[in-house]
Amino acid sequence: MKEIIGIVTIVCMIVITISIALLLYRVIKGPTNPDRAVALDAMGINLMGMAGLVAVLLATTRLNDVILLIGILLFIGTIALAKYLEKGVIIDRDDD
Amino acid sequence: MTGTTTELIIDIIVILFLIVGTFFVLSASIGVIRFPDVYTRLHASTKAATLGIAGIMIGAFIFLYVEHGLISGKLILGIIFILITAPVSAHMIGRAAHATGVKPWSHDGQTRDEYADSLEKRR
Repeated sequence: MKEIIGIVTIVCMIVITISIALLLYRVIKGPTNPDRAVALDAMGINLMGMAGLVAVLLATTRLNDVILLIGILLFIGTIALAKYLEKGVIIDRDDD
Repeated sequence: MTGTTTELIIDIIVILFLIVGTFFVLSASIGVIRFPDVYTRLHASTKAATLGIAGIMIGAFIFLYVEHGLISGKLILGIIFILITAPVSAHMIGRAAHATGVKPWSHDGQTRDEYADSLEKRR
């Protein structure tokens, strides 16, 4: 069964690679800038899944920090990108 | 005999979780490709990708616990973190898209933008 789990993990990594390629098409072509932000957010979530699959393949727990770190940086980056698209600045002082 | 049967069942459960998670992640990407405007793409990306990541993380957690006796709470923490932050990110991107003037898609031109009407009324 170990071999079957390894094969399934490699197939899942190939499928996630195809998924990241599809999202890259949307990042390049996307008609507006929020489209690109959505695709970059989904691409980071795919990277988290890829790190989890590598953790299964190598049977290690050292990639769990990588998963959490990708999640945190993804959240901060998406919030900064959305605020930049909305107001043109990231840190503003007016209360609205 | 019972030990090997239990291991077989747990391996099948792990494979099922990994395959279902990968399927939902791929369907999220296909939705981002195929849907017609930003708001529908947000639906596809946020919900399906969150479910797919939860499946992959639960599969990795069960695999690491059963095969190697490693309990890694950071995988569960990752699921909880994604469940908290994905709707916030989607809300911010959707509001930014509406503020930068992206119109909602409509197949017959009859769709009303009630959020814009509400903003007009509030001013």
